[in-house]
Amino acid sequence: MLGRLFESAGRLMPGEAARLLPQARIGGPMPWVIAIMVALTVIAAAAALALDNVAENARSEIAGGITVQVVEGAPAERARQTQAALAFLETDPRVTEVHQVPQEELSQLLEPWLGAGAVDDDAMATPSLIDAQLDGEVSAQMLSSLRAEMAKVAPAAQIDAQANWLGPVFDALRSLKLLALGLVALLALTAAAAVWLAARTALGSNRDTIEVIHHLGGTDGQIAAIFQRSVGIDAVIGGVAGLLLGLAAVMVLGAQFAALGSGLVAGGGLSLGDWGLLLAVPVIALVLAMITARATVLTALRRKL
Amino acid sequence: MGTGAGSIVEFDNVGLRYGTDREVLSDVSFTLYPGSFYFLTGASGAGKTSMLKLLYCAQRPSRGVVRMFGNDMITLPRQRLPEVRRRIGVVFQDFRLVPHLNAFDNIALPLRIAGMSEREIAKPVADMLEWVGLDQRADAHPATLSGGEQQRVAIARAVIARPEMLVADEPTGNVDPEMAVKLLRLFEALNRLGTTVVVATHDVHLLRKVPDSLIMRLDKGRLSDPTGALRYPPRREGMPR
Repeated sequence: MLGRLFESAGRLMPGEAARLLPQARIGGPMPWVIAIMVALTVIAAAAALALDNVAENARSEIAGGITVQVVEGAPAERARQTQAALAFLETDPRVTEVHQVPQEELSQLLEPWLGAGAVDDDAMATPSLIDAQLDGEVSAQMLSSLRAEMAKVAPAAQIDAQANWLGPVFDALRSLKLLALGLVALLALTAAAAVWLAARTALGSNRDTIEVIHHLGGTDGQIAAIFQRSVGIDAVIGGVAGLLLGLAAVMVLGAQFAALGSGLVAGGGLSLGDWGLLLAVPVIALVLAMITARATVLTALRRKL
Repeated sequence: MGTGAGSIVEFDNVGLRYGTDREVLSDVSFTLYPGSFYFLTGASGAGKTSMLKLLYCAQRPSRGVVRMFGNDMITLPRQRLPEVRRRIGVVFQDFRLVPHLNAFDNIALPLRIAGMSEREIAKPVADMLEWVGLDQRADAHPATLSGGEQQRVAIARAVIARPEMLVADEPTGNVDPEMAVKLLRLFEALNRLGTTVVVATHDVHLLRKVPDSLIMRLDKGRLSDPTGALRYPPRREGMPR
């Protein structure tokens, strides 16, 4: 498609098109506008892809995860029921992995809220926690069956699917991803509008020359090709500059997020395919700019004889 | 109006008005034949430029029938206009040279529009520059050319693609009498090569300079036929050549 666009732009007067209508060479701010649009689009697209990866990785990690809380005030009874729950889970064929969260880890988790040393059975009882991994995703039916069977051996045990806890996080990630994709669409629209405006302005400032070309037998397609070629050159310059700016910003942001060391954020790294998509942004911008320029010029010329 | 056989242009009861104003051309009927030389005369405001606009397809008539090169210009689709325009050379009253192109590139413009390669263009343009006596000014831009030189570039551009019809609007209006005669000789030379020439002028002295020419006179938008130019066969001998 791109080849065809360039071919049609160059067919008229090889090497002469730009000279024929020098003011059609939009130049000036247009490459910068395209550069900014491409840079912002690259950043927004990278954000959308990273958020998608975060959500996907987290979802696959916790897809079969359940958490069992044994909520019992009496320490001895809690310990008994915890052991019973562990024994039940270890023998259940649906369970592939069982791990009791150590008391020290639990204390560390609660320390920021309750203060050091506050987690003590004498001061405040805390439930026992067991992480388990099921074979496959946790369905509501499976969860209900586990709860019923668990209640027989450990009545104080409460079972929750980890995916349910992170549901709001996934919703937020989905919203952010949609927002990023919306931004990409808006930026594409804005870039097209900028090209439309610039092409209209260039048409106006070259009105006399265009009229002469028409009188000499020039076709609308030939005139449009001149503008298309000119916008194409601006889009290539702006696209490359914007891509470099955008990629630099994505890399800096990526390094900063990677330094956070958070498991969730670490899952947001971009794959090779994602980088390929980002590299395609200026190419898409180029095609969009050339199509917009051609359509704008042809529409305007159609009103003339 | 003649039968139209062998004609390149036929106007039949043509009227032209701009917007809702009164008609600037009314009931205009004539036929142009290949190889003829016509002067279109009339006072300022008589409708000469409007008539020429119809002839070089810059305007469609408000009524009547216009046929050019066998095409009905009323119904001809817009996208087919370029092929008709390429058969017509136009010399505008104000030259309309492209200001940022030099004399060579201005003259080469119709050939480039026709899709000729740079190699094919070089020689005919150089020959044309020599023909109009501007071979030393090939690189000059319109702003640096005198009125007469600009006029000759405009004429060279109009004829470079060997049009079947040349339409010139007051081509001698901006040049001295000597240059006017010189330009007319260029038109005659082209006419001898078979091109139909239509020159609009209000300069009656000019008409005598081309003895074989025929005259179409416009008066308040209506056409009269003082020399029988609009009849066929034309009254003058040797027409069409």
